[in-house]
Amino acid sequence: MERLDVVVIGGGPAGLAAAIAADKEGASVLIVEREARLGGILKQCIHDGFGLVRFGEKLSGPEYAERFIEECMGRNITCLTQAFVTDIQKKGKTFFITVVDCHGVHTYESTSLILATGCRERTAKQVFIHGTRPAGVFTAGTAQHFVNLMGEMVTKRCVILGSGDIGLIMARRLTLEGAKVLGVYEVKPEPSGLSRNIRQCLEDFDIPLHLSHTVTRVFGEERLTGVEVAAVDANGKIVPESRERIDCDALILSVGLIPENEVAKQLGIELDPATKGPVCDTNFMTSVPGVFSCGNALHVNDLVDYVSESGELAGASAARYCKGEAKTRRMVSIEKDEGFAYLVPQQLPSGEQDGKVTLYFRSRQSLEQAKLTIDVDGKTVFSRDYRQVKPPEMERLVLDTAKLELKENSKVIFHLKGGAD
Amino acid sequence: MNEKRLNQKLREKFGGRVSARLENDCMVVSGHLERWQDIVEACNMCVQKDKRIHVVNDIVLDGVEMPTMRLPKIQDTSLEGCSPDVLIIGGGISGASIARELSKWKLDILLVDKEADLAVHASGRNDGEVHPGVDLGKGSLKQHYVLLGNKMYGEVCSQLEVPFRRCGQYVGFTDWLTLPAIFLYACHRKYICGVKDTKIVSRKKLREAEPELNPKFAFALYNSSAGCVCPYELTIAYGENAVHNGAKISLNTAVTDMQVENGKIVSVMTNRGRIYPKLVINAAGVFAEDVARMAQDRFYSIHPRRGTNSILDKGAGHLVQSISSIKTLRKPAGAAGHTKGGGLLHTVDGNILAGPDAVETWEKENFATSQESIDNVFAKQQHTAEGLRKQDIITYFTGVRAPVFEEDFILERGRKTKNLIHCAGIQSPGLTTAPAVALDLAELAVSMLSEQQAVEKNPEFDPVRKAIPRVRELPPEERAKLIRENPDYGIIVCRCEEISKGEILDALNAPFSVHTVDGIKKRLRPGMGRCQGGFCMPLVTKIISEHDKVPVSEVKKAGADAVISFGPTREQVK
Repeated sequence: MERLDVVVIGGGPAGLAAAIAADKEGASVLIVEREARLGGILKQCIHDGFGLVRFGEKLSGPEYAERFIEECMGRNITCLTQAFVTDIQKKGKTFFITVVDCHGVHTYESTSLILATGCRERTAKQVFIHGTRPAGVFTAGTAQHFVNLMGEMVTKRCVILGSGDIGLIMARRLTLEGAKVLGVYEVKPEPSGLSRNIRQCLEDFDIPLHLSHTVTRVFGEERLTGVEVAAVDANGKIVPESRERIDCDALILSVGLIPENEVAKQLGIELDPATKGPVCDTNFMTSVPGVFSCGNALHVNDLVDYVSESGELAGASAARYCKGEAKTRRMVSIEKDEGFAYLVPQQLPSGEQDGKVTLYFRSRQSLEQAKLTIDVDGKTVFSRDYRQVKPPEMERLVLDTAKLELKENSKVIFHLKGGAD
Repeated sequence: MNEKRLNQKLREKFGGRVSARLENDCMVVSGHLERWQDIVEACNMCVQKDKRIHVVNDIVLDGVEMPTMRLPKIQDTSLEGCSPDVLIIGGGISGASIARELSKWKLDILLVDKEADLAVHASGRNDGEVHPGVDLGKGSLKQHYVLLGNKMYGEVCSQLEVPFRRCGQYVGFTDWLTLPAIFLYACHRKYICGVKDTKIVSRKKLREAEPELNPKFAFALYNSSAGCVCPYELTIAYGENAVHNGAKISLNTAVTDMQVENGKIVSVMTNRGRIYPKLVINAAGVFAEDVARMAQDRFYSIHPRRGTNSILDKGAGHLVQSISSIKTLRKPAGAAGHTKGGGLLHTVDGNILAGPDAVETWEKENFATSQESIDNVFAKQQHTAEGLRKQDIITYFTGVRAPVFEEDFILERGRKTKNLIHCAGIQSPGLTTAPAVALDLAELAVSMLSEQQAVEKNPEFDPVRKAIPRVRELPPEERAKLIRENPDYGIIVCRCEEISKGEILDALNAPFSVHTVDGIKKRLRPGMGRCQGGFCMPLVTKIISEHDKVPVSEVKKAGADAVISFGPTREQVK
């Protein structure tokens, strides 16, 4: 049985960055990737815009991934591809990871584990779309797989539900391939995707965006022949008289991403209902010692640059954990007010601090002139102003924990409030 | 009730718009009404105590154009002129199980179904419960066969290598005061009706077995013989075993007409040519009445009844281990008028099924779902287990039951048309009864054929259907061995259900195979997990396309028009 310091599950951007970082720290690393090639979902993201933060240039998804894959190769990091983790057991401080691939069934031992399993898309049934079950209902990522990886056109005339980034990207992609995108319908009064994608993918192509509208049912026995759309009132209820049928051949869904944490659940790791990812400390270690989480498995990011960043931190932390360098500190759980949709990590270390920590958060609603404040034991110790915060755009906050002076039993509350209202 | 008295009651209720007359042992109801539920009510009023007499519904639903049977697109002559000994119409659990039982005989058997696979209608759209029969009183065919069928399940499923679990069934009661009545009911079922496993379990025992059920349950009616099976998997397995033993199955084949002379079906017209069968078995589900009409032997009517089930993520599988439901003698709060809300069932695959409800409908093939059905089922079933949450739903589906107004099965030789057997009015517990019904109907068919010819046993009959290996369930050593023999078993295509490429290729290479995304899904489950095919559907499509050496645009979800891709992208064409 092979023994490793760090096993990384998932060879997408988070896993690759984590593996490289762990290798840099001198750990022995293994990546287990279930697809035939490394790169994760970036493989099918052939549009540009990746790497602006990290590399200062606009790369396509595969180009961005390639930089990390090459570094992995250069470092001779072992990668198993088309390999599937079927079981993980923790005995004492050792993890036993069972992997199935075309060579058979193998079990690897490791001291630490990095979960970089990405996310999956919410489906039509999870947003309660009713009607028949024809061909022609695709999640945006599935449509992207067909179009970009297989070169197959899955629609000539479609409606897109949800203004998540992949949906917007696919609106443009399908238009460029000659399909008619009749409109993007978003149940919320605000778009879910990045502003730059609204501009570059919809406005530049005259694709209408219908806010506070949703798709209620699909029609068609074999192939989809139409959808019913309707307006939604302020309480999220369908306005019955606004129901309208639109003839089309496909419904593309971009209605949210869910972090994949089946392995985490199997290990009994505590999950945060807000992120649907593990509850983590500032090293991205989960509630099970030795298990780290990063990328979209931890929380859904909007830029891959931050996915890589979280992978690097998880990778380096895992390596240090293996070396026994990680100081065991009491963690203090962060409380947050209603202004936040989520905040990652969910815990801060107490005691003497030696560095800065990065936090990521999203607001629950769009807020103008927002103010973020941190109260420790009733005293405001930090505050920052934001011109605007909105749910689609994740915010990144670097915090010097030394200034927080956290004690083991400190009470830390994060507040996020709009200024003007 | 005599005709005169009945018509008087119909007049009182419907103001002379409907009337009934007894005709050739049928109670024919005719007239005009505007609402389907009134038609159902009128027909229900006409149900006779004499079990031979069935209600035939000729009432016109005003203002509605009745949908015609959807037909497959294919037109060819592949069946032209063939003359099977037995033609079975309908590839649901009834038709498939009868085909398999008949394949024990040296007979030329042809099963036709209009859909692109077996078990597309009711047999593919139910909860898979193997009923104990505790809800049925003595005297019906349903009750007779449910006891026989239930007992056969262990053996049938082991021969056909279909997973089956005797998980037991609890019906919980919240009111202590109902205990004496339920106790008497249980005794009646146990000693009079022959449901021998019926017992009452205490609150404590129930909590031990099912800790997440409603804590207010005071006691429960329990039947250990209840079980669950995957209904379409069993139907397909029956079909595969029939084919293995020489029967033929022709899918995408609809019966459109029949030529009947002197009380005998001479020929049967399909979209794939004219067939000259010696004997016809009508197992056409919701269309059994239509087939009976073509055969000039219509003596019953089907009133379709729709039901919707929700499937919950395996993560919610802890809710119940068995089949559980709540029964109140009063309606539970929040269950707005709907008494039928099914139950919760832990499937053989580890999901929870919630439902089904029951809604009368004239549309035989409308499988559309509605939020109302799901809401009604959840409103009721949250009284069974409080932890039931809509967030855990991964998908839902609607099926249409095919009952007759007498709410019992019709299993008999044609009344006017002599070379015909009806297997009609099959509804719950039709899945449970199928193995036993198939035995008897096969025997009836053989005796009818024996009137004209000698029918011999099939000496080569093999009762065993070899299932595709469930690689994920094998111990690591066996799994590794299989992968060494065929590395494709090590390539996982469906991550949620852990299905390998090797298994998919096995399904494509099976003697009776359906090369569609849904065909593979029904046989192996890729696409049935929490991502609902988001990741694996393109991969399955590609595997089918490569295996069959056809473009991806030729691979269908199900029927001929269920196109997935319209062809290469522009860049691909360049």
